[in-house]
Amino acid sequence: MTTTSTMTETPLTARRVDPSAAVARTTSRSSVREVWVQVLAMAWRALKKMRRKPEQFFDVLIQPLLFTAMFAFIFGGAISGSVSDYLPVLIPGILAQTALTVCMATGVQLREDMDKGVFDRFKSLPIARVAPLAGPMIADLIRYGIASVLTLVTGLAIGYRPGGGVLGCVGGVALTVISGWSLAWIFTWLGTMARSAQSVQGISMMIMFPLTFLSNAFVPAETLPGWLQVFVKVNPVSHVVSAVRDLFNDGAVTAEVGWAVIGCVVVVVIFAPLAVRSYSRKM
Amino acid sequence: MADLGAVRAENLVKEFGDFRAVDGIDLHVRQGEIFGVLGPNGAGKTTMLRMLATLLSIDGGHAEIFGVDVRREPHRIRQLVGVTGQYASVDEDLTARENLWLFARLQGLTGTRAKTIAGELLERFGLQEAADRPLSQFSGGMRRRLDLASSLITRPPLIFLDEPTTGLDPRTRGQMWDTIRELVTDGSTILLTTQYLDEADQLADRVAVIDRGRKVAEDTPDALKTQVGDSTLQLSLADGSDIALAANIVRRLLGEEPVLTPESGRMNIPLPDPNRAADVLIGLREAGLGISSVSVAKPTLDEVFLALTGHGAVDEPQMEAAR
Repeated sequence: MTTTSTMTETPLTARRVDPSAAVARTTSRSSVREVWVQVLAMAWRALKKMRRKPEQFFDVLIQPLLFTAMFAFIFGGAISGSVSDYLPVLIPGILAQTALTVCMATGVQLREDMDKGVFDRFKSLPIARVAPLAGPMIADLIRYGIASVLTLVTGLAIGYRPGGGVLGCVGGVALTVISGWSLAWIFTWLGTMARSAQSVQGISMMIMFPLTFLSNAFVPAETLPGWLQVFVKVNPVSHVVSAVRDLFNDGAVTAEVGWAVIGCVVVVVIFAPLAVRSYSRKM
Repeated sequence: MADLGAVRAENLVKEFGDFRAVDGIDLHVRQGEIFGVLGPNGAGKTTMLRMLATLLSIDGGHAEIFGVDVRREPHRIRQLVGVTGQYASVDEDLTARENLWLFARLQGLTGTRAKTIAGELLERFGLQEAADRPLSQFSGGMRRRLDLASSLITRPPLIFLDEPTTGLDPRTRGQMWDTIRELVTDGSTILLTTQYLDEADQLADRVAVIDRGRKVAEDTPDALKTQVGDSTLQLSLADGSDIALAANIVRRLLGEEPVLTPESGRMNIPLPDPNRAADVLIGLREAGLGISSVSVAKPTLDEVFLALTGHGAVDEPQMEAAR
């Protein structure tokens, strides 16, 4: 073989494939920079799909509009005496609920996606196992953003006047997006474990309802029986809701904000590796 | 380096519960050859390929690709092997161009480089016109071509093709065969599975016959056919009425009994040694008997399969368990 090896620069136009050069070029794992490029490529794929299937935005558009108005007018009088007094309590609660719904969709869609033939190729490519999971989650940041802003706007339209001002609102929305993204790792993990998209949906519902309703999202925790308060107080959703309330209503970065962020980090640290491990095993 | 071989697998085992889908297969594929794995549905071909491609775990035995351990270094293996599956592994929600771009980016090519390569591959596989159409409008053949193109982005030295032409019409099949032959001239090694006996015959330099998770034979297609039995000399006489005379000449020269079809003036003569065919032809000419056609036929791989396994190449009742 006298052909000069120019393969690294131009793999396709090189004259002949040289196995020993190819072996010498291999690496035993993707570098951090490579992983980042892979995650972005997968996010690009997810965005393309979103643009081609706009119906998946249905939940992030309808739920904020419907639930905010409905809950405000139905429970407002009973819980806080009037609709306008209830809004400062309700809006952060609805935000948390909406974020969780989006999380659920993340898991269900991942499961659906994994059944497709293209995942066979993803598995056969030299890419980090986290990329196919993390990519769509980055694209989902857009969905959390839309859902949060829409909920807040609906609130403003029916009379909510947040005391925290613009900065407080930006902070609250940002915290919601971060929390949603972190909690989505739980549902991504479920997506890699479950047998079908339907079962992900079913299990997610069972997790989502207790998490949102057994929290301080819609009612003050003090009105609940003591044993229930114990759960409500450790429920991470309660901390997120309290933190968002502090940001929206007072513009204050309180200890609750710190707890919410810590909670998110803990969830990611536990469930991201679980999800990646379970995904790698499924082959 | 050169004598390491492309694939070196010893005693490979894959179990699904009690069912041994792959039951102790050895496989040695040399660099630069087309190696065919032949067997009916459910014989364990796909399972074996998926194990070697790191898509399934290896339950027993040992496998190396260009000297790299498959079980211990899956990430390296994935850089050396391009896999084209039985069902096109491409993204239905993207266009052909977007698919190629995505796979190129995932393998670390820069954006511009990915774009160039996608364009080159689309052209090479005759997909430029359909490049920006949704895949739902693609025919089976186009999907296969895109799938194969996707496996070639980084020009891997080893290419796995799992039943590359199953379900394709004869013309598309012929095109796929040409493409596969081209890949080998580029220096790639190809490991392909097929349940078509003529495909192995047409493409493969060497063939392993797999049945019920075991390798029952391995050789060149020609040697396999010779193993099974003798060649046959097939003759048609110009004048059918000469057939009795011709049969006498054959008996005298070869000591074999020809099978006669007097109506069409045809006769089939068993040949213990193909070289003896010339004796018969010379004998007939000396006797002044004209011949309208002549051929020496080897047994087909169908007959080979029957002889090796004691049963025909029929599908196994078990499901293709690897899917």
